[in-house]
Amino acid sequence: MADLPIMMPAVPEMFLAVAGMVLLLLGAFAPADGAERTVTKLTLVAMAVALGLVVFVVSGGTATAFGGMFITDGFAVFMKVLVLLGSLMAVLMSREYLAHEGIGRFEYPVLILFATVGMMVMVSANNLMSLYLGLELQSLCLYVIAAFHRDSLRSSEAGLKYFVLGALSSGMLLYGISIVYGYTGSIGFAGLAEQFAIGGQAEIGLIIGLVFVIAGLAFKVSAVPFHMWTPDVYEGAPTPVTAFFSVAPKIAAFALILRVMLDPFGPLIEEWRQIIVAIAVASMALGAYAAIAQTNIKRLMAYSSIGHVGYALMGVAAGTQDGVRGVLIYLAIYLVMNIGTFACILSMRRHGDMVEGIDDLAGLSASNPRMALVLTAFMFSLAGIPWFAGFFGKLYVFMAAIDAGLYTLAILGVLASVVAAYYYLRIVKIMYFDAAAEPLDRPTGRSLGLVMVVAALLVATFIFYPGPLVNRAGEAAASLLAG
Amino acid sequence: MISVGLGHYLTVAAILFTLGLLGIFLNRKNVIVILMSIELMLLAVNINMVAFSAHMNDLTGQIFAMFVLTVAAAEAAIGLAILVVYHRNRGSIEVEDINMMKG
Repeated sequence: MADLPIMMPAVPEMFLAVAGMVLLLLGAFAPADGAERTVTKLTLVAMAVALGLVVFVVSGGTATAFGGMFITDGFAVFMKVLVLLGSLMAVLMSREYLAHEGIGRFEYPVLILFATVGMMVMVSANNLMSLYLGLELQSLCLYVIAAFHRDSLRSSEAGLKYFVLGALSSGMLLYGISIVYGYTGSIGFAGLAEQFAIGGQAEIGLIIGLVFVIAGLAFKVSAVPFHMWTPDVYEGAPTPVTAFFSVAPKIAAFALILRVMLDPFGPLIEEWRQIIVAIAVASMALGAYAAIAQTNIKRLMAYSSIGHVGYALMGVAAGTQDGVRGVLIYLAIYLVMNIGTFACILSMRRHGDMVEGIDDLAGLSASNPRMALVLTAFMFSLAGIPWFAGFFGKLYVFMAAIDAGLYTLAILGVLASVVAAYYYLRIVKIMYFDAAAEPLDRPTGRSLGLVMVVAALLVATFIFYPGPLVNRAGEAAASLLAG
Repeated sequence: MISVGLGHYLTVAAILFTLGLLGIFLNRKNVIVILMSIELMLLAVNINMVAFSAHMNDLTGQIFAMFVLTVAAAEAAIGLAILVVYHRNRGSIEVEDINMMKG
């Protein structure tokens, strides 16, 4: 260990990147019929090992690598654990679906693996250049897996739209970075923070650069007004890919927003707070109203995720340690709720074919009471009804916003969540009170059922054991603001 | 004779960037044009980077520009690949035909 002190903080990323390349070779040279299964299993193992490396090797204390371009601290460890869990679950839930659709190829887990490496680099970025490279490694993999069902028109259209708008947002981000570099002469977060800490009125050009950077990052978390791609991509992409999109990349992009806004640009909070507040309000409102008219459950989840991004941005706008803690708790709970909901969506089959309409859930309480109960728990949690975990996620960010004096924002947030509750509860009503349509098939896969039950238990029992998560999130938030 | 200074480079870059942006939004014809517009935006960023870098005698910007060039190449490759897949399914790459899903 003492031999490579400079690279130690980046060991999980390096391990995962090497594992990805080895798996790619393995998939290419292994006999065609078994390649996909072997590579998927080894991908799961590699992610689990990386999770172990993150938790046991690089945690504890703050360290930088590669000349300060890469940082590991409590915040990075917390976020990387969430990202890795999200990716693990996504791969676990995909197997059955992909095999059923006849697109079970070994490239899929490898692409998710590389996207995960990109996300981990994003989480640990301590320099605008490593930020950009991590973001692009992630995005390029995501474009491909959005279009992974290459014989499906909807999937390839989703990939194309995601690519065009994603490349546009990367361009805006880069233009912002170039302006920030021009005005400060530095792209390292430490160097930028040093310059801004001196104080004084920020130059207008610098603010323009900052706005471009925020626009690029807001696109990646699909906050309004940069959300146009989300419903189409969520609807068109294969369902397990949608499940992956709705959790891991969002968490990684939030890690970026938190670190960039609060670490180097922290002293400029008065300049950027109004932008974040406006984005948060618009996201919450659009997420609440646009989802009401949806009939496709994947599209509904897309608008739902836009709304949730708005709530989480509230904690960013607060800009305090409590705000960061609130965002971290929110993201952890959001991860569990969303993975669980998508496990239910993936189990919606009729005569062996996937169905995605909300109406197809009618009468589920009679045909499959257990799945109806589990999905009800997730809907209550997403709506933020007390006792379920989702309520506490909202509680912490609302409290942080009020403590920071953002009363209007908090009130608008509460109102938006009341409106949003309508469409979550409508799903519950359809399951329990509507005349039964032709019943859905009984779920066959064991892994999906397991994911569902574990997620539902976590969501329902969070109220009894909030301590571990809240404490860890608090420590992570403290380490971000200390650095 | 006027001397070409930092401001001129930044103006050219800003114009190119705006052209790229408008090319994406106003273009009603062909997806290939969108890919070209994206390249235009990234090249505008490179001009910015190199101009700032030369102005400040700091190499960081030029190194950044190298990375941007590399990533732009990868991005174009993936974009064209997705476009080929799309064309196989749809038989057209007109922008107005990309309307399977509303939005």
